[in-house]
Amino acid sequence: MIAGVATGLARHLGVPLIAVRIALVVLLGFNGLGLMLYAAFWAVLPQEVPTGAPPPRRDLAMLLPFAAIGIGVVLLQSLAFGDGPAGTVGWLVAIIAVGAGVIWHQSDPSRRGHWADNASQTPWLAAVVAESDRRSFLFRFVGGGVLVAVGIIGVVAIYSPAHGGVTSIFNGVIFALVGLLGVGVVVAPLLWRTFNQLRTEREARIREQERAELAAMIHDQVLHTLALIQRNSTDIKEVQRLARGQERSLRNWLYKPTASPTEKFAAALEQAAAEVEDTYAITVETVVVGDTECDERVAALVAAAREALVNAARHAGVETVSLYAEVEADELSVFVRDRGKGFEMDHVEESRHGVRGSIIGRMKRHGGRAEIRSALGDGTEVRLTLPASRESVTAGKETAR
Amino acid sequence: MTDVTGETAARRLTVFLVDDHAMFRAGVRAELGAHVDVVGEASTVAEAIARIGATLPDVVLLDVHMPDGGGRAVLDAMRRSHPNVRFLALSVSDAAEDVIGLIRAGARGYVTKTISPEELAAAIRRVAEGDAVFSPRLAGFVLDAFASRPDVPIADPELDQLTNREREVLRLLARGYAYKEIAKELYISIKTVETHVSNVLRKLQMSNRYELSRWAADRRLV
Repeated sequence: MIAGVATGLARHLGVPLIAVRIALVVLLGFNGLGLMLYAAFWAVLPQEVPTGAPPPRRDLAMLLPFAAIGIGVVLLQSLAFGDGPAGTVGWLVAIIAVGAGVIWHQSDPSRRGHWADNASQTPWLAAVVAESDRRSFLFRFVGGGVLVAVGIIGVVAIYSPAHGGVTSIFNGVIFALVGLLGVGVVVAPLLWRTFNQLRTEREARIREQERAELAAMIHDQVLHTLALIQRNSTDIKEVQRLARGQERSLRNWLYKPTASPTEKFAAALEQAAAEVEDTYAITVETVVVGDTECDERVAALVAAAREALVNAARHAGVETVSLYAEVEADELSVFVRDRGKGFEMDHVEESRHGVRGSIIGRMKRHGGRAEIRSALGDGTEVRLTLPASRESVTAGKETAR
Repeated sequence: MTDVTGETAARRLTVFLVDDHAMFRAGVRAELGAHVDVVGEASTVAEAIARIGATLPDVVLLDVHMPDGGGRAVLDAMRRSHPNVRFLALSVSDAAEDVIGLIRAGARGYVTKTISPEELAAAIRRVAEGDAVFSPRLAGFVLDAFASRPDVPIADPELDQLTNREREVLRLLARGYAYKEIAKELYISIKTVETHVSNVLRKLQMSNRYELSRWAADRRLV
């Protein structure tokens, strides 16, 4: 017919199209009931949505002509047949039918599944749609219930033997409540299933996202690193560097350190160690006990430690360097130790900035102390200490001058 | 604790490998062949429990992460029935709760899988002699867990605190010192260093310190 409602209904109910049309036409005879049902179903039934496109909005203004025609038909009938109870009953039955239709239609799980499917294509929309959908769902459900109740109360009021009066209305209310209760009992499992369905879908979506994140990480990092390792398999240094870097990034990913290197001492040290590992293809065994906030002085301590690591990596000729840091109430200390060649402090040229400027000088400027112990053939240990309190800093600055 | 000392020096130690990665077992077996006798291996918890009981090795090298409960399950099943079998945990994981958990379940040491074969052989010997083996990282964890916190009441000072000497030894361990170097640094004998570390291990296993079960979660890291 006009808006394809009969076709939609037929599909929805699973009955032949022609049967629906005949029923509507027959109902049209009873006070334009068919027409009203047609309009109501048109307004309530979901439109068929072409997949991918957003669901078009239903224009409520288009409902007006139907309402007008319906009212006209009803007026005509009441003029033609006189104002009898039959006409009113027809109306009330229509109201009940529409209300029940709304409820029944809303609790159809396949429809909600269809909504969720559409939404899952745009995950950011899904949450919004699901929320608002639930609200309108509840709204329509309650609205349908009210319609049914009003209709039943009316019918009972008209046909009640007491004919008018408070008792008949009271009876009607009881009827309506019992009826709604029945509907509720029938519909409740459906509702429950529907909500469950939605929840399962959401959980599945979250799981899918996690899996995708893991897959992306493995693809971007691990497979890439493995490819690089195969290509550089003759260069042992490079293979070690790649493997170590990948190991570190996987560990970070697994244990998720929460601190940022600019804020926390331990994180800053770990980052410095990671940079040295990457640049010089060595392993830095980092152990940090305790943690503290980063400030300018702590950053200087980290920078000095980094310089010590770089020296060990470049000159000691070893593959592993130990880095140990401890935060105590009154002092921060960092130890960088290698078991490499070692050197004699007196033989380090004045022009070499690494040790004198970047380590010893820097620690002095910030009120700390650097001590270097090294013996030829016995490795090197750099000990850096920094007093924790502000006062000791200023004191340290005085002595440095 | 010292019932096997002396005897172990004369003969080669027997070692049992528990790890669910066959490739890793093969690697360790090849590396350790020169130093100890690998008398058996197992890839699952159930297999390990059955075969350790049958072979009675000196030391079991125990992987932390395995299906069905991991090294922890093996330890829980074997500790009481076979007190003479020593366990050394070997893992790629540096997560604090794993490490502390294994030690508290009865392992006598913890080393990471990146350890060199010589160091591993030395660690096995040390564990077989009843001493403890701490990797630098484990030493760091312990220092952290036993850090003196003024707001926490000490229930049992004997168990819940480290002595200054023990703390010094742990610090040096964390700094990458070998036992020999620690002994030299502190002017004590290697045996004394070993005693200190064993005492720390005992405290780690017996202490009721709230932090030991809790701190890993607080610091949630490595």
